[in-house]
Amino acid sequence: MAQAVIRPFVQSAPALAALPAKPAVQVRGFTRRFGDTVVLQGLDLEIGQGEFVALLGRSGSGKTTLLRTLAGLDPADANSVQTPIARAVVFQEPRLMPWKRVWRNVALGLGGPEARDHARAALTEVGLGHRLDVWPVTLSGGEAQRAALARALVREPQLLLLDEPFAALDAMTRIRMHELVLSLWRAHAPAVLLVTHDVDEAIVLADRVLVLDEGRIAAEERIGLPRPREIGTEFQAIRRRLLQHLGLDRSPTPAPEGALVNFPTGAAGS
Amino acid sequence: MAGFRFILRGQRWISPLVLILLWELGSRLGAIPARVLAAPSSVTQTAWDMIVSGELPSNMLVSLARAMTGLAFGVVIGSALAVAAGLTRTGENVVDAPIQMLRTLPTLALTPLFIVWFGIGETPKIALITLGTTFPIYLNLYNGIRGVDPKLIEAARSFGLKGWDLVWHIVLPAALPSFLLGLRFALAGSWLILVVAEQINATAGLGYLINNARDFSRTDIIVVCLVVYALLGLTADMIVRTLERHALAWRPSFIRS
Repeated sequence: MAQAVIRPFVQSAPALAALPAKPAVQVRGFTRRFGDTVVLQGLDLEIGQGEFVALLGRSGSGKTTLLRTLAGLDPADANSVQTPIARAVVFQEPRLMPWKRVWRNVALGLGGPEARDHARAALTEVGLGHRLDVWPVTLSGGEAQRAALARALVREPQLLLLDEPFAALDAMTRIRMHELVLSLWRAHAPAVLLVTHDVDEAIVLADRVLVLDEGRIAAEERIGLPRPREIGTEFQAIRRRLLQHLGLDRSPTPAPEGALVNFPTGAAGS
Repeated sequence: MAGFRFILRGQRWISPLVLILLWELGSRLGAIPARVLAAPSSVTQTAWDMIVSGELPSNMLVSLARAMTGLAFGVVIGSALAVAAGLTRTGENVVDAPIQMLRTLPTLALTPLFIVWFGIGETPKIALITLGTTFPIYLNLYNGIRGVDPKLIEAARSFGLKGWDLVWHIVLPAALPSFLLGLRFALAGSWLILVVAEQINATAGLGYLINNARDFSRTDIIVVCLVVYALLGLTADMIVRTLERHALAWRPSFIRS
């Protein structure tokens, strides 16, 4: 049963018919080394137009390296890595320039007389329309991260790269940010790659969750649950499978009601 | 804010006032001869006379022009070198090592050499001030540029900034606090060097006034010039503080409300 959904990542040939458009991101046999350490090893990855993909992996699994490569921050040859030109990153820290007012941070690198209007529109969309002219240090953590989202959005990216953008936020703020990201994704339909440590976050947000291990995509899980997603039986089953792939299956997960089949103790069936 | 507290805490003014009164009293009773130190009252009178006659303002302007010219050269040269060394590997190799060696020299020790090279006119004076102000500007700005948070640079690059835009929007604003600190040191240095440089055969300026007054034992004129030096230094510092308040308005310490 589980094998039907989760499988080792092979060339997704059967899916080709379902994706008539050229994928937003195409990575073929990409290898990245730092000295003698191989971080990414012959990695294949495709992200469809407007697809929301989450990338899980242990620390040091190469998640951030992959994201940086897709962002154009690390060198990559154009044959093995193809990305849209319009792409934007939101980092774990907001990385706002403290010497620029919030709207100028959002308009960074835009230029033109309408820069402020674009920035205002993007900031309004993330609920910061009233804070255009303040200094970044006066923003709360959640507000600063929303400003960072606005800065990414204002470029109308076809590929939005999120590098653990909610990791430093408190639980309440994080939930609100999840809702915000989903609504922005629906409105603008960029392809999204979300790098995260948080399995639940990945399941709540993504169309597809990938597990990166030893430099390649080790597993893939399509999330068919309707949004907004509640933690239910299927959610937990997905989570358990993902945790297994992350080598964390020992963690005690509460048994879903009526689902005793997963316990391999002989007593379960009696 | 600080000024308010100064006025409110009036007792801070009491002891300097008492000292001046004692000084005046000592002079009037003959305990402090005018040859050693003129009385405050005669210093005040002399200051007034020198202002009215135009002697003080004109010489002050000469000194001020020297200090500012030297400082301007120092800021331009120091900034150019720091940007070159801070932004490029080649620049660092070519510029940084010799400057780090030269800066260990006390600037004023070069005075004899500068007189040999540049004679005794305005040039050695301004050259000394230039040299003395180049180092603090260079060292602070270079450190500031090197200390820019690489994460901010990376973020800016991810949004398509490169080349001169990256320098102008990210590197230089990030290094501005260090530059202003350097500017403050440079101002203080320019004043210090000015005092010594003006002793080189000057025919105008505060140093010239002091030298002349020394020859005639006019301690009142010497004190007037010293007070002017102090006031100019204070004003310069206030200007930099005001600059900082405007240029660094984004810093948490300057944000009100």
